[in-house]
Amino acid sequence: MNQAYRFIKTRDAVMRGIFLLCAAFSVLALGCITLFLLANGLPFIGRVGLTNFFGTTWHLSSGAYGILSMFVASIYVAGLSTGMGVALGLFTAIALYKFCPKLAVPPIRQLINLLAAIPSVIYGLFGMIIIVPFLRDHVSPGGVGYGILAASLVLSIMILPTIVSISLDALNSVPRNYYEGALALGATSEQSVFRVMLPAAKSGVLAAIVLSMGRAVGETMAVIMVIGGSPVMPTSLFQSVRTMTANIAMGATELSGDSATALVATGAVLFVFALLLNVSFSMLSGGEERGKKRTQKTGA
Amino acid sequence: MAKNAHKRQVLKYAFARSTAQTALLLTLVALGAVVFFILVRGVPHVNMQLLFGNYGRYPSIKPALLGTLYLVVISVSIAAPLGIGSAIFLAEYTKSQSRFVRIIRIATETLAGIPSIVYGIFGYLVFVVALGLRYSLIGGGITLAIMILPVIVRSTEESLLAVPLTLREGSFALGSSKVRTIFSVVLPCAASGIVTSLILAVGRVMSESAVLILTIGMVVNKMPNNFASPGTSLALDVYYFGSHGYPEQAAATGVVLLVLVVVINILATILGNIFGKGELAHG
Repeated sequence: MNQAYRFIKTRDAVMRGIFLLCAAFSVLALGCITLFLLANGLPFIGRVGLTNFFGTTWHLSSGAYGILSMFVASIYVAGLSTGMGVALGLFTAIALYKFCPKLAVPPIRQLINLLAAIPSVIYGLFGMIIIVPFLRDHVSPGGVGYGILAASLVLSIMILPTIVSISLDALNSVPRNYYEGALALGATSEQSVFRVMLPAAKSGVLAAIVLSMGRAVGETMAVIMVIGGSPVMPTSLFQSVRTMTANIAMGATELSGDSATALVATGAVLFVFALLLNVSFSMLSGGEERGKKRTQKTGA
Repeated sequence: MAKNAHKRQVLKYAFARSTAQTALLLTLVALGAVVFFILVRGVPHVNMQLLFGNYGRYPSIKPALLGTLYLVVISVSIAAPLGIGSAIFLAEYTKSQSRFVRIIRIATETLAGIPSIVYGIFGYLVFVVALGLRYSLIGGGITLAIMILPVIVRSTEESLLAVPLTLREGSFALGSSKVRTIFSVVLPCAASGIVTSLILAVGRVMSESAVLILTIGMVVNKMPNNFASPGTSLALDVYYFGSHGYPEQAAATGVVLLVLVVVINILATILGNIFGKGELAHG
């Protein structure tokens, strides 16, 4: 009897230890990623010099590893695609929230969730076979389809599902009596949505913006298929350029030695950038909301 | 005067409203166009040579189908136990306020926000360079496992927390130990949610390509022999064919990938719905 009890006790303790190890694995993995990237990237940046690394010339055979033009291209692409995606996505969420037939909402949501799962290479391929030729033949002044505009268009379509569903969730989580209160004060339905509900859902919408910006900065495959790839400073929307992610992926299969380390250093910069976005995301979506969700769940 | 101002207000909001409706339409058209054009360009080129032919004069995705299967098996069989164990620890063993739990949670969320190409570099540094495995499916699979871990942890934790506390108390009252309660009461109740999250993780693995370009070598024309061979995946093939002068084959591969991903997601939704209702009925 006593022995059986001791056996169960030990088993409980052992299993708890195993679960604990599983949970600690995430921390370990994050630590390893940080360590490997920084330990390989930072010494390289130190060795070639900050002015070289953050310079504008990327010319491997002469030892110039400047990623500034790619950094700038990344910012342009992320800014432009988030701008277009958010403008369209936010209004779409508003329309789904109040200004479209009630019956149509669940199927549209299902559809949009499904579209969120489409692999990014497929968006990239769509950009390559449809958007780039279209821009080249009808829009671009110089006859170049590749470039920042093509990449931004592809990415803005790609991040639409994310923006729509997070914004719609944010709107839905605003208490309904705000809306009714506004109506009671004599506002029209449109006024209550745009002036009361939308401001109340602000933090959720901001979270959607930061999240989609993170995706736009970090996206690789959809971008390299439409960006062109020349490591030059962007001066036009229709010009072959290269983002940081594209720089890593394009060099990946061919390079070795210092050039490969330069890619790792690019990755380290990207990593730090993503961390910053991540921190601002978790500050925006806040501990308070998650806390609320948790108490609701455990209370049920 | 006041009447004019009122009129302007009404007009302004009518405009805002129709802008929103136009945006909804545009969103649906844009997303629909992606699917539509991939299908139109790709479906005519889905044929036996592409699917199961030998890689020769014309490309074939046979190596990619096998490679994708390898990657799914490797990554899910690593990430599933780790993720479920991790979620059990978070949901069953901890008060949500302790410092250690906060660290784990922050780590998981940070992992979820890292761009996939950064995972790719990590995988390259660890498996290709440090461990000297060269480009291999196993290296890519393990890197993918780390990438899908946060997804599995989060959704498993949610399904565990959705299991009513009374079931656990009932089990304890009957004299079961904690471990017994977890394995014979909590996990079976949360099984549908966990399976759904695993299915979605499979979808993520199949869609991912940036990680793989740095870790498995994108060898499109050879069948992988074993876990340690270099290889390719469906998503990588779409990129490779697209950027090496086979846009039709790329679109056709895209169709195959699209169908697989959509089937997987619909499967997950259906499963979630069926079991979700079942849980409500006896919960």
